Amino acid sequence: MTIATPIRPLPATPPVAPAPRRRRSASGSGATRTLFSEVEISRGKGRFLYWLTLTLVFLLFLAIFIFPLYWMFSSAVKTPEEYAQPDPTLFPHTFVPETYQLAWDRMRIAKFFANTAFYALGGWLIQLVFQVAVAYALSKLRPIFGKVVLGLMLASLMLPATALLIPAYLTVTDVPIFGWNLLNTPWALWLPAVANAFNIYVLKRFFDQIPNDLLDSAALDGAGRFRVLWSIVLPLSRPVLGVVSIFSIVAIWKDFIWPLLVLQDPETQTLSVALSRLASTSQVPPTQLMAGLAIASVPMIVVFLIFQRSIIGGLAAGSMKG
Amino acid sequence: MAVATAGRPAGFRSRLSRKIQDNLMAYAFMAGGIACFAFFSWYPLVRGVILSFQQINFVTDPYWVGTDNFTAIFKDPLFVTAWKNTLIFTGIALIFGFLVPLALSILINEMRHLKGFFRVAVYLPVMLPPIVGVLLFRYFYDPGFGLFNTILRGVGLPESQWTQSSKTAMISLVLVSTWANLGGATLMYLAALQSIPGDLYEAAELDGASAWRRLRHVTLPQLRFIMLVLLLLQIIATMQVFIEPYQLTGTSNPDTVTVMVLIYRYAFTVNQDFGMAAAMSVLLFVVLGIFSAIYLRVTRDRD
Repeated sequence: MTIATPIRPLPATPPVAPAPRRRRSASGSGATRTLFSEVEISRGKGRFLYWLTLTLVFLLFLAIFIFPLYWMFSSAVKTPEEYAQPDPTLFPHTFVPETYQLAWDRMRIAKFFANTAFYALGGWLIQLVFQVAVAYALSKLRPIFGKVVLGLMLASLMLPATALLIPAYLTVTDVPIFGWNLLNTPWALWLPAVANAFNIYVLKRFFDQIPNDLLDSAALDGAGRFRVLWSIVLPLSRPVLGVVSIFSIVAIWKDFIWPLLVLQDPETQTLSVALSRLASTSQVPPTQLMAGLAIASVPMIVVFLIFQRSIIGGLAAGSMKG
Repeated sequence: MAVATAGRPAGFRSRLSRKIQDNLMAYAFMAGGIACFAFFSWYPLVRGVILSFQQINFVTDPYWVGTDNFTAIFKDPLFVTAWKNTLIFTGIALIFGFLVPLALSILINEMRHLKGFFRVAVYLPVMLPPIVGVLLFRYFYDPGFGLFNTILRGVGLPESQWTQSSKTAMISLVLVSTWANLGGATLMYLAALQSIPGDLYEAAELDGASAWRRLRHVTLPQLRFIMLVLLLLQIIATMQVFIEPYQLTGTSNPDTVTVMVLIYRYAFTVNQDFGMAAAMSVLLFVVLGIFSAIYLRVTRDRD
């Protein structure tokens, strides 16, 4: 759906603003008919059953999806003694928010947090630069064998990442031709991340919809290929760039098995890998570990709450194969 | 682009050189991307297959050993265990991960209030780094002071050893994995549900169909395609399970060792044998390739 968003000729228009309004009016106040009609659930027994179900579903969601997070954030502020009680307390009786500070300093969460942020932001920039360039060339410059290149890239979508784990790891230890050893460097995360055919496909599909006349007239005015990309294509593509950006940052932040293999030096580890290692050593008090988990989650929760529409919309679009 | 030169006899040469220039430009744009694919996707695929027939020890050059790696993994008693565990995990994960999202999405779709909350809540765990969910549940599962046993005690049920008993270990792993991942499928079902034309329900209702029959004869048939797609995607995803057994039960627990854990074990812990790990990866790839092929076939027919 995101892909099919009509292109706005005026780049100055904030592309996100009109979308929510449209969606809200479509899903709100029963514009679409579902299994039960408005009438069935707004009168008598149906009304009672609806409100009962709503309450139960709400409580269920609260218990299953929200409670564990509450537990994580609130356990961290308990004293280790309260935490170790055989009967856990629902609300902390003791309150030591300093645990977050302690975890940040003692477990060196700050270091791993900074590592992860650096990997995520750097990976995002590099992916965007390379993937936009590939998609633009395939879509607008249409080189010979362009279809073959795209086909080969898309074919890699069939490969489960884990099937490549071992040979890709060996490649990272000794990159062919160049002979680089990328182990324990950010490049070990960044360069493989560029090889993401899904992003390239999404970007190319979007670029395909930008009318060529627009680009030709810019070319007549003397704009080079790069200038056309920078001043016309990119500003028009803001919505799709946003979705691709979010997904690439989230992917790097969430990744586990690959950084576990290629970042073996603790100094270079991501927060996820470091937490996994610290959790197995048992030298860390559990309340501090909880604080570490909470800190690792905060950026993702914030990103999600801010960009939930794009994330959920992008997800639905992806599932429908564009 | 062809504006200036069109129709002029002298234009052919300049058009040709323009064409070459354009192609050079295009490949210059694509060079970085293509190199990344070549090094980290295409080449590893070929190398993985080659590696499975080689012995590699980092001291001498890799040398050919024929099918020795495969014979070695077939002989390993953990080989059968790992595949069995992986199939069990995938099987249980399908029951939960396939039916629960379906039920949740149908429920959410009927709700006239709080829809936004339901959507956000169900997807929140998907956003978290997987290690967070796994470590959180490790504390819930704790046989001593874990929350789950407190709840079981509270309602008068016998306590469980969760991940530490061979009877419940696998299901405990599935529970975490399902909790962390079902949001994606739920939202995809929800998108599909919202595209079902309301007239269908109206017509069925006029014909006197009960809610149950509307569900069976309108909703479910309309969801058939997305259900098939998600089923295949889920099989592909769950067969690669790693972080749950790795973190919750370790890499040497025969109750929960899975194919991915065994690959990790071969390459990085016990054996340090990349050839065996590659051979195991090739087998996993072949199995997953079958499901990928079905997936491609199914989704292509749709277009």
